[in-house]
Amino acid sequence: MIVTKPRDWARIKANLESIDAKSVFLMGCGQCATVAHTGGEKELAVAKARLEADGYQVTGWAVGEVACHLGGTKLETRKHFGSVDAADAVVVLACGAGVQTVADAVKKPVFPGLESAFLGTVLRSGVYEERCQTCGDCVLDLTAGICPVTTCPKGLLNGPCGGMWNGMCEVQTDRECTHVRIKRRLAEQGRSATRVIPAKDNSVKLKPGSINTRERKGQ
Amino acid sequence: MSLREALEAGRFAVTSEVGPPKGIDVSAMMASAELLRGRVDALNVTDNQAAVMRLSTIAACVHLKQAGFEPVLQVTGRDRNRLAIQSDLLGAASLGITTVLALTGDHVVVGDHREAKAVFDLESVQILKVIADLNAGHDMTGHDLIGTPEFYPGAVVTPGSVPLEPQIAKFEKKIAAGARYFQTQAVFDIEAFAHFMSGARESGAKVLAGVVVLRSARMAHFMNKNIPGIAVPDGIIATLERSENPQQTGIEIAARFIDECKEVCDGVHIMAVGAEHLVPQILDAAGLTEVIA
Repeated sequence: MIVTKPRDWARIKANLESIDAKSVFLMGCGQCATVAHTGGEKELAVAKARLEADGYQVTGWAVGEVACHLGGTKLETRKHFGSVDAADAVVVLACGAGVQTVADAVKKPVFPGLESAFLGTVLRSGVYEERCQTCGDCVLDLTAGICPVTTCPKGLLNGPCGGMWNGMCEVQTDRECTHVRIKRRLAEQGRSATRVIPAKDNSVKLKPGSINTRERKGQ
Repeated sequence: MSLREALEAGRFAVTSEVGPPKGIDVSAMMASAELLRGRVDALNVTDNQAAVMRLSTIAACVHLKQAGFEPVLQVTGRDRNRLAIQSDLLGAASLGITTVLALTGDHVVVGDHREAKAVFDLESVQILKVIADLNAGHDMTGHDLIGTPEFYPGAVVTPGSVPLEPQIAKFEKKIAAGARYFQTQAVFDIEAFAHFMSGARESGAKVLAGVVVLRSARMAHFMNKNIPGIAVPDGIIATLERSENPQQTGIEIAARFIDECKEVCDGVHIMAVGAEHLVPQILDAAGLTEVIA
């Protein structure tokens, strides 16, 4: 999931002050930000109380099914049309994609209420770890399901660097070297990895990514 | 005789290294090199070593070459993407610098520009593959070159790595990608190193044992504590602790190790770390008295 963390409250306030906003509509997300306890109903209630304590009027709030779905978010904001329209600004407690989707769906100034951290795994409640760079050129087939592009600070594909020390990473010293983990899991599964993994194809990651599965064949 | 010729002819080779300055005054670097003149086959030139920004490696190699030394161009993937790496390699070859050492490079977070973007578009194994491509007359995407370089590509290996298996696997990948010679991280235990070499011998790659001149027990403790893959044995530390002249003892330890290496590997790479003036003495004591032309 997309892991988010709270944005510095002073920045949110500065954003609102920049347009002289007095009233705010709050939006969360029913998916990742709810799971990460950053943009679910509970967190929106906390944000609402905080805004009110700082003298803002909160015209309403909504947690749609998934903030980054344009159709769903349009429906959700229409359901709350009155309170959105009454607000000077919308603050979105969701990832960057969610914020942009809301900004496309409403005609009000929209501000981010969270910082997007990474695409990762929930190890247990409140503990997240980055796992994927969405690089578009997956090597997990060769690396025992452990992504070295993400979990090696240098993104090395072919084995540990000279900084690996007693199996630990030199850059993030509290972490086991990803290549040691890969090697161990491959060995446990009776697999080897002797082939040199070639340099990554960065051309598949040209920004901004765009996929349209509705395009007709031959187009 | 170049480093390549020495290694291919089976003569025990000696290399050392110099670090380019932070700035444009190369006099101290050249003075360090002068201390080694006639005693080493080649001098490594580090590439923004430890991610600390310094004068360009290629420029430093040219200074050394003009002064009659054979430079070994260290190439890392930390600061350059694949276009820049290939372009710099071609530039180096056009200036007559063809002995190269491919490294991944230290991460920027250990250096003096922590806010920099770490590139790592290519890692050591992939840089070796690129060098093989250039030697074959084309770039890594297959486009022909006008004028083909003849690089002598090398790489590094850490025989004291714990665990060793991933390091050995990478060593083998480096050979498959074209590494012809290796420099090792500093080694001190000749028996453990000989064990590593018994496996490495089969590869056919030439190996230069890394030698660090210990000048005190404190230095040995510091290295054990701070440098990955280095393990100064307790016996050596005890000898240094007992010694009334630890520097002289360190010279003797290094000389004995180099002498023992003659039976084990193809040469030594001496990392003098500021003690370049001691190197001729060490080589004399190791019986390497011949002047290298």
